[in-house]
Amino acid sequence: MLNKHIDKPVSVLLMSIAVLCGLILLLVLSFLVKEAWPAINDGAWRSFLVDDAWYPLEGLFGISPMILASLAMTVGAILLALPLGVSSAIFLVFYAPAPVGSVYRLMLNLLAGIPSVIYGLWGLTKLVPLIVQWQAPGVSLLAAILVLTLMILPTVALTSAAALTAVPQELIAGAAALGLTRKSQILLVLIPAAKTGIISGVLLAVARALGETMAVLMVAGNVVQNPTSLFAPVRALTANIALEMAYATGTHRAGLFASGLLLTLLVLLLAWLASRLRSQAQRG
Amino acid sequence: MTLTSSINTRPYTLGSMNTGEPCCEPIAHLQVQNLSLAYGQKTVLDGVSLDIYKGCITALIGPSGCGKTSFLSALNRLTDLSASTRVRGSVLFDGEDLLSDKVDVLTLRRRIGMIFQKPNPFPLSIRRNLDLPLKEHGVNDRKIRAQKIETALRDVGLWDEVADRLDSSALALSGGQQQRLCIARALVLEPEILLMDEPCSALDPISSAVVEALIIRLRGQYTVVIVTHNLAQARRVANYAAFFWMKERVGKLIEFGQCQNLFEKPNHQLTAAYISGTQG
Ligand SMILES: Nc1ncnc2c1ncn2[C@@H]1O[C@H](COP(=O)(O)OP(=O)(O)OP(=O)(O)O)[C@@H](O)[C@H]1O
Ligand SMILES: [Mg+2]
Repeated sequence: MLNKHIDKPVSVLLMSIAVLCGLILLLVLSFLVKEAWPAINDGAWRSFLVDDAWYPLEGLFGISPMILASLAMTVGAILLALPLGVSSAIFLVFYAPAPVGSVYRLMLNLLAGIPSVIYGLWGLTKLVPLIVQWQAPGVSLLAAILVLTLMILPTVALTSAAALTAVPQELIAGAAALGLTRKSQILLVLIPAAKTGIISGVLLAVARALGETMAVLMVAGNVVQNPTSLFAPVRALTANIALEMAYATGTHRAGLFASGLLLTLLVLLLAWLASRLRSQAQRG
Repeated sequence: MTLTSSINTRPYTLGSMNTGEPCCEPIAHLQVQNLSLAYGQKTVLDGVSLDIYKGCITALIGPSGCGKTSFLSALNRLTDLSASTRVRGSVLFDGEDLLSDKVDVLTLRRRIGMIFQKPNPFPLSIRRNLDLPLKEHGVNDRKIRAQKIETALRDVGLWDEVADRLDSSALALSGGQQQRLCIARALVLEPEILLMDEPCSALDPISSAVVEALIIRLRGQYTVVIVTHNLAQARRVANYAAFFWMKERVGKLIEFGQCQNLFEKPNHQLTAAYISGTQG
């Protein structure tokens, strides 16, 4: 009885908070659509894709080099972070002695909490000079990929570790009882069993990498061009918004909002996919 | 026979006591001697000695928590999975103590397979569930693997049900089919001994009957040790039965003998009480 008494107001409160969050999301989206409208309206969006350069002041609005740059960074970072993150998770869950494991886990959590501007600072002052020794100018797609890899590694590692921990004990016992080596148990049975959880973590990491602005802006060089080489400076879609919003007007401004809208929709899609996969994994 | 005197004073192996006519010439496949098992500080099994006879089905019965699962998992060294589990005593298998550190555990587990209470197929295709252990144990020829897979699936009566969907997920099978797949997965490695921990208890009555019939067909070809809470099932399938009971929170083997004999003429009053349902 008492429970019911408390339950009711609490659930109403929680419900209204949830509704509020939903409303804010809607508000942000409608704001983006409204501001981007001049650039989307009556076919103007087509120039985004067909214009071969980004000279907004001269009416050229080709954003495809920046979309490609954002995608290249994200894909590069995932290609590095996935094997590193999953190996970290395997180490954490199956091999690390308890004290080592907890220190490692703490480190990953801390790594996840470092502000992105610090990653940018580190990239700019330590990583870029290293790359320069190899090939100038240093600020480059490669620098962005490496910094992003560090930033998303904790997400991939921690979600993979959670997914591996959730694999039922019976499956491990079943694999062991067939005389499978520890390595085969993990690689051939447990990783496939944890697959959906791992993928959902990767999707979240992709969303993070796509949306990352500050660190990328500091190390990528920000030249609007197709990412043809790892050593070429490129400009991410996010960095473009941050760099130009201050002085943009008219169609230029609307164009920036339109690219923001595109990013938001992509990230929302990824988050939605990730949560679907996760609930699917929980249902087994 | 009094309660205290008869516990753990002599090995409950055949030959040392009159337990009726054996079904065949008994050859010990496993000789368990004075086995005890502890999880950390907590001893759950103590002083268990018995022989497991080749080609026969031995049923382990007894109340919940008396250490039947623990006993089974000592026999294929699954107890190694947790560092805090300690097993003492010896289990002779082919003249060698399988509890010794020198034993190659992976080979041992190929020779002594295990079926679990809850069907645990891998979240992979039906084919891959069987292919994986074969590859792991060095069967590199694809054709031979395919043949062994078909044989194993036929042995458990699953072939006709799944032949057209070998590449679909094993998790889509019914519980009974999953359990038979798990038995096939153990059989495909051509083990000598099969350990079964309540293999029917998670199944519906029809699937349970199918699996039970399968277990009976295994008799003669494999040595089977089966834990079951279903006494009627134990009577139907087993040649030998071992009755475990907890004494001061420690599992003990109370009585071991011919299944029929143990049920009809129990030597021990605890056994008699348990099988008549007045205790346990
Ligand atoms: N991994 C473990 N760690 C600690 N204690 C355990 C562990 N596994 C089992 N036990 C304990 O050991 C005792 C024997 O357990 P076991 O599972 O072997 O009994 P059982 O006879 O198989 O019971 P049931 O019929 O319920 O399956 C129980 O008291 C149980 O709580
Ligand atoms: Mg048990």
